Amino acid sequence: MSFGWSKPYEPTSALGKWFDERLPVPRLVHGSLGGGYEVPRNINYFYNFGVLAGLALVIQIVTGVVLAMHYAANTEVAFSSVEHIMRDVNYGWLMRYMHANGASFFFIVVYVHMWRGLYYGSYKAPRELVWMLGVVIFLLMMATAFMGYVLPWGQMSFWGATVITNLFSAIPVVGDAIVTFLLGGFAVDNATLNRFFSLHFLLPFIIAGVVMLKIWSLHIPGSNNPTGVEVKGPADTIPFHPYFTAKDLFGVGVYLTIFSIFLFFMPNFLGHPDNYIEANALATPEHIVPEWYFWPFYAILRAFTFDFILEAKLWGVVAMVSAIVLLFFLPWLDSSPVKSMRYRPKARMWTYVLLADILILSWCGGAVAEQPYIIISQIAAIYYFAHFLIILPLVSRTETPLPLPASISEAVLKGDASTGAPAGITDTGRNAAPTAQPAE
Amino acid sequence: MATAPEAGDKSVEGVVGHTADDGVHRRDFIYVATAAFGSVGAAAAIWPFVDQMNPSADVLALASVEVNLSQVAPGQGIKVSWRGKPVFIQHLTPEQMAEAQNADLSGLRDAQTFEERTQEGHRQYLIQVGVCTHLGCIPSGTAAGEVKGDFNGWFCPCHGSHYDNAGRIRKGPAPTNLEVPEYTFLSDTNVRIG
Repeated sequence: MSFGWSKPYEPTSALGKWFDERLPVPRLVHGSLGGGYEVPRNINYFYNFGVLAGLALVIQIVTGVVLAMHYAANTEVAFSSVEHIMRDVNYGWLMRYMHANGASFFFIVVYVHMWRGLYYGSYKAPRELVWMLGVVIFLLMMATAFMGYVLPWGQMSFWGATVITNLFSAIPVVGDAIVTFLLGGFAVDNATLNRFFSLHFLLPFIIAGVVMLKIWSLHIPGSNNPTGVEVKGPADTIPFHPYFTAKDLFGVGVYLTIFSIFLFFMPNFLGHPDNYIEANALATPEHIVPEWYFWPFYAILRAFTFDFILEAKLWGVVAMVSAIVLLFFLPWLDSSPVKSMRYRPKARMWTYVLLADILILSWCGGAVAEQPYIIISQIAAIYYFAHFLIILPLVSRTETPLPLPASISEAVLKGDASTGAPAGITDTGRNAAPTAQPAE
Repeated sequence: MATAPEAGDKSVEGVVGHTADDGVHRRDFIYVATAAFGSVGAAAAIWPFVDQMNPSADVLALASVEVNLSQVAPGQGIKVSWRGKPVFIQHLTPEQMAEAQNADLSGLRDAQTFEERTQEGHRQYLIQVGVCTHLGCIPSGTAAGEVKGDFNGWFCPCHGSHYDNAGRIRKGPAPTNLEVPEYTFLSDTNVRIG
């Protein structure tokens, strides 16, 4: 959003002026990523994760297009074409590991990003659509990552594809017809692999489109911030460029360093060894688990082991899907007018319990489907739904929040009129004493 | 610029042929008819893009398979590939048959007797599609040394479903027993599945 005090775009060259009058793309960039976009000055490092998610998407698209130049989507050769990439294609091993680990890192940053939104109330008015578009992206990401994992045609690929497509068979009446439609046959086979390749290529571009809508909708009210207090005046914001472009680039540096450690020293740490065994339609591996980023949802699916009005299979699927669909309604389940958990002691405590609960669900999802993991995931699944459907609505109606700061700048400066410039440096903040006006 | 005729305007009534009361014009019908025709056209254009994902002709050409069971000893099980899925054929020992026949069926999710799951005269051969009825994994327990689960039959590693030695669901999320395919015995040891 351009607040009244945002710096408008001024073309500096004749060419820039000529261009701006015909196709104002530089003006768009200036107003959305440059000096014309004002951002709350107090956003912390958790606010780097949106940019990191964007970077992760770009890495996946670039490495993905490269891999598609060497990969063959046919059951006869898919597995060996991936080994061909690893062994024969120049830097093929790098591209493949970058793409595979890139997916894991994409989910890591997105989960932190979601947690940030949950903690600072970034889903609340006027940013409900920003949040909901994010949930759409999350669903698309999961579909894309699932289909990508099928392509190498290893054991986990094949059996993951079988299980996920069979989720639809739980739907009454039309379920089996949908599964046959998705598979293009009566079992996972070449037709399935072939179409998954096509859709795995398509979906990232749809994700990119939704990302643009999301950034657009974010830029209408502007970014939220750790206090949850809206921007009130020029003292609350600083321009995106150069302040946050620089901070984001620092975050990118840290991200790429950690990514490189995985990429070069433990590229298979996050993967499953059974996917180095070629797909065998006649044997399911003894210990089959999905990729780690699906574990919490997988644990919810497996928590339903008994029939209750509907059959257990349908309950599991319904629960797993609603665990995500629930998030669409979060802006209305939490009715507290206070956004940030910093000022909501009770809700903050429960939000940490939710974090622990999700970690427990993840741990159960990665474990074998036996006791005690089943009972633990049942309790954890109950808490997950209770948190959003009971605890949060109740707490948001009954708790007394702590006093909010009057403005972002007050919260940052703690009442001090200065921006707190280091000793010996002239205070350059907006509250600094005005210097001599430049001559007209 | 022509002025738009208003409903009830006597001067245009004869031209557009509407009744003055309901305000419905013949032109409104044309709008609806055009939109309806357009929708049918759009649906007809979309359908091939949807239907192309349904099984193609080569996949639909389903085969039946013949299996010779003479080499399968009592107590032994084999897996046969049929329509892209495994079929479990278990040659039961008399003790296993007795256990399957005498099982207490009360409280079972999908109660079926041993007689309903095998064929008259060939009771010793338990033939079933080896696909867990939950989400389609292959349960272990057919070959010697595989995990058989808590009920001495099959165990599905994906979400922990346990089947008994007649392939009936006993525990876990799967809704029904292992499916028994259509099959015919051509001789004592030859069976055609499908």
